Amino acid sequence: MPTDESITTTPESVADTAAAAAVAPVTTHHQQVLAKLATVDHVPGAAKPDAIITADHVTRRFGGMTAVDVDHLEVQEGAITALIGPNGAGKTTFFNLLTGFDRPNQGSWTFQGRSLSGKSAAAVAKIGVVRTFQLTKALSRLTVLQNMLLASTHNPGENLWLSWLPFTWQKHEKAATEKAMEILARFKLDTKASDFAGSLSGGQRKLLEMARALMTDPTVIMLDEPMAGVNPALVQSLLGHIQALRDEGMTVLFVEHDMHAVRHISDWVVVMAEGRIVAEGPPASVMRDQAVVDAYLGAHHDTDLGDDSLLDPKILARLEAEEEKR
Amino acid sequence: MTADRPTRATVLRRTAAALAIALAPLAVATPLATAATGTGTSTGVATTTATGVPTTTTSDVATDCKPDDTTACVAAFVLTDENERIPDVAVTITGPDGFSAAFTTSSEVQAVAVPTSGQYTATIDPTTLPADQPLPEGAPAELEVTAQTGGVARAAFRVGADAAAPPAQSETSSAPADDGQEAATDAGDGVGAAPEGDASERSFSWGQVWQQIGSGLRFGLLLALASIGLNLIFGTTGLSNFAHGEQFALGGALGYLTINTMGMSIWLGGLLTIAVCALTGLAQDAGIWRPLRRRGTPIMQMMIVSIGLSIALQFFIQFLIGGGTERILTSNPRPWTLLGITLSAASWISMGVAVVCMVAVAWFLTRTRIGRATRAVSDNPALAAATGIDPDKIVRIVWVVATGFAALAGLMWGISFGAVNWQLGVQLLLLMFAAVTLGGLGTAFGALVGSILIGLVVELSNLFIQSDLRYASALVILILVLLFRPQGILGRRERIG
Amino acid sequence: MDEFNRILEQTLAEFIAPTTAAYAMAAIGLNLHFGYTGLLNMGQAGFMLLGAYGFGIATMAGLPFPVAILVALAAGTVFALILGMPTLQLRGDYLAIVTISAAEIIRWIGRSTWLQEWTGGASGLQGRDYKDSFHATSPLGDGRMALGPLEYINTGSDSWWTRIFAWGLVALVLLFVWLITRSPWGRVLKGIREDEDAVRALGKNVYAYKMQALVLGGAIGALGGVLYALPLAIAPDAMSRTMTFFVWTVMLLGGAATVFGPVLGSMVFFAAYMLMRTGMRAVADNTGIGDVITTSNVEQIGGMLVGVTLMLLVIFRPQGILGNKRELAFNAH
Repeated sequence: MPTDESITTTPESVADTAAAAAVAPVTTHHQQVLAKLATVDHVPGAAKPDAIITADHVTRRFGGMTAVDVDHLEVQEGAITALIGPNGAGKTTFFNLLTGFDRPNQGSWTFQGRSLSGKSAAAVAKIGVVRTFQLTKALSRLTVLQNMLLASTHNPGENLWLSWLPFTWQKHEKAATEKAMEILARFKLDTKASDFAGSLSGGQRKLLEMARALMTDPTVIMLDEPMAGVNPALVQSLLGHIQALRDEGMTVLFVEHDMHAVRHISDWVVVMAEGRIVAEGPPASVMRDQAVVDAYLGAHHDTDLGDDSLLDPKILARLEAEEEKR
Repeated sequence: MTADRPTRATVLRRTAAALAIALAPLAVATPLATAATGTGTSTGVATTTATGVPTTTTSDVATDCKPDDTTACVAAFVLTDENERIPDVAVTITGPDGFSAAFTTSSEVQAVAVPTSGQYTATIDPTTLPADQPLPEGAPAELEVTAQTGGVARAAFRVGADAAAPPAQSETSSAPADDGQEAATDAGDGVGAAPEGDASERSFSWGQVWQQIGSGLRFGLLLALASIGLNLIFGTTGLSNFAHGEQFALGGALGYLTINTMGMSIWLGGLLTIAVCALTGLAQDAGIWRPLRRRGTPIMQMMIVSIGLSIALQFFIQFLIGGGTERILTSNPRPWTLLGITLSAASWISMGVAVVCMVAVAWFLTRTRIGRATRAVSDNPALAAATGIDPDKIVRIVWVVATGFAALAGLMWGISFGAVNWQLGVQLLLLMFAAVTLGGLGTAFGALVGSILIGLVVELSNLFIQSDLRYASALVILILVLLFRPQGILGRRERIG
Repeated sequence: MDEFNRILEQTLAEFIAPTTAAYAMAAIGLNLHFGYTGLLNMGQAGFMLLGAYGFGIATMAGLPFPVAILVALAAGTVFALILGMPTLQLRGDYLAIVTISAAEIIRWIGRSTWLQEWTGGASGLQGRDYKDSFHATSPLGDGRMALGPLEYINTGSDSWWTRIFAWGLVALVLLFVWLITRSPWGRVLKGIREDEDAVRALGKNVYAYKMQALVLGGAIGALGGVLYALPLAIAPDAMSRTMTFFVWTVMLLGGAATVFGPVLGSMVFFAAYMLMRTGMRAVADNTGIGDVITTSNVEQIGGMLVGVTLMLLVIFRPQGILGNKRELAFNAH
């Protein structure tokens, strides 16, 4: 277990780390990451030992409304970082900004020290930051395998000038197919390879989208609500896959509403509210943070965010209903 | 969700493309200046040649028109390939507001005074041509010219076996014979070019601009009446209805059938036309659009269905009224001058009706329960349905209103501009799209603003470019708007993200 | 019986008519736009008209036949670039409105007196002005040839050589399109048709691919325009929206996003269209119906039926004759 050397870290966070370590199958890589994160202050915008993504002064306004106003954020390399916050906190918009799907009014951000601001979505993906979407974008009328092959990078056959000469790209295509089948097997989709993606269930589509993202060999994978609409039976395996990505050395940044999932797998949690980052820290401590509770639930001060009872749809519905009235 | 907002590079690309498109009309002025002078022939002193008139509706006219600030003239002559004028050919000039005049050519240029500026069609009767000077194969027997106050618009026909080979095509034996149009439109189009030639023919007057603003308002108001329906349908169902132009033309066609062919009074025929057309809207919604919505048909598919409907209706209209241009009212129009703008009485009344209808629509949309429900459905159909509004009922009403107004607009168009033909809908549809896009697709009052602007652009553009490109100018504006302000003038930029 | 044979003969002739080939070619281009990439090009007739003008004017300027074809391709390419640069980043239906408007602008400019020196104004360009260089390429020489019931001159406007050349070109382009659409490049296009954001998120430059598809389809459309002009004349008013809509009907009839759909669609469409019109004419001439439906109404009824066919096709069989129901090109959202 990592030693706690940080001045500001409370004994609580030791418990956090221990808890996280107990829940997840701990690998050496994971232990190193946790050790590094243990040294980080639990304040919004805290500096990380190995920041792979750094964002500064990112603002996005829609008319008079400021959707995102992030002063400073660093994302630890090799860790699973969760981005949480109430509806309308600007999480997805922030995601869109980081991945080039939206343009900020101002701000800059870097990936491995290289500036990403102003880069197109395609360029961001090429550099190695690949994302998935809240509403799954399985390409319905392509087969599962075609979905995967589409993601293969540096395919000479995707160049119009070479495309009509099959011998220029068949070798690449063959290698890509092998790789795709391997990844599909891992996600238990290999039997569906020749089905149209549109015929998959919601959860399978989520898996396919993640598998497709992996085809690009990303450095950072950004998942927008990977659990949304997924059959509970699949949630556990999905969580396992995400942890496996981290254990392979990938950096995972994900937006999620499912608190159980967040608590279960994330190494670090960033909380957004009204476009700003209001708290950062390991999952258990963040969820007890008063600022987070205030921002997140308003009236529900007494609710523990890590409480598994929140997984109960009835309770969630009640909370949402109360939120509506407020 | 994605915001394809322009980066600096795309702005540059857009600007480049826009410039390329925008330069096209500008460039028109240059060849014109030369074309106009080359073909301009002397007006000479006209001899009055009253002749037997082929149709009862056509009046005998004086053919010694002299243009001044308030008078516009249209001249017609027939030239041999040696540029000699052929006499004794029957010519009919028809134009807006049902204007019609007939005369025969002489060895001098015959020009008739026309009541308003605008597009006139000169038609020769090929049977009156000398036997050794036939109209070349494929050459039109009618020419369209633009008359302007203070100018003579000339229609020159070329006949003969080797007719009218323009210098560039002199090796051909039967080149097109409508090169007369170059000369024909010089009065209007020469404005802005170098003041060459006969000064009296190319004078520019503010009175003329004012007159064309009047014509533009007429165009715009009638266009608005037609496009409001297009916009309401788009707003409530998301459908870009390509058949809306035919609904407009159907109004004109049925108006022609009821009023002209069947001889009904204008009010009875008009009401019947509108009722029948509104019924087609009701039937369409019940028979086509509602079932498609129920099936959850993608909007793109429905758009192509509307294209199919547009083709079918277009040929149906041709079936009804034939392939020619017809007049709804057979009597000659009475000109009325208001605030220095001279238009036919029918035009003024049509404009008044259009204004009243639009006020009624505004009142309906803002003050009545159903109108407010319509706007609610436009904003968010799911939410509207959740609040107890029946979107199907609203959409049905919208279809009836849209087709009814389109018919009314088409009818009044036919009466004001003097002519209906089966292509009217095709011509007007794109202008309607331009108008609603300009005003803001789906916004309730955008159609009005956009239509007036398009009307003014179309009518005023022939001060600067050739009149046969005036519809093109409206479409260039449409494209420019799409590039720089895709949400239109009144539309709000959608929230993205 | 003679009458019946004549009708069948005329219908049969439509299968291999040069015009059928021209529409097939244009539909192949449109298929690349709509079927594979999901681009709503409503101005294919504009591409065709530009191609025809490019070919005709270049030939009249004295350029040799192959160069004139290249000029036509270049005209289509430039038009696609100008249209695509600003609009490919906007919503799909904007492309539809811009292309249909731009095609009309081309037609209006073509028929206006402004460029009459080159375009021939409203009456267009006469065939004899630009066909000689094409006829000179014919290896068939003079004379006539009969193949079954079909008999044409060897070389000339309505000749065997026109047919062989047109269909040969269609076959060549079809082979090319087949090769590129089954390649990874074609897969990217289909991905864009499904959801361009997803493709973007995988690191593909969606804009560039859409542009390539638009340019390629537009250039093929221009080639279709050349084929259309070879047996006829270049008349701007004959190449307007109705032509675009017919090309759409042809493509949807055969099956969007299929390789042979456009060709089959064109053959079936024109054969059926001819059968319908000649059949109706024969019926009108020989029976009492002629009092109600005159021969001149046949064209109009034919046109109406085309419109209704398009509607029924899109509603009840959007995948066309050859398409796969599950892979039809209409986007579900």
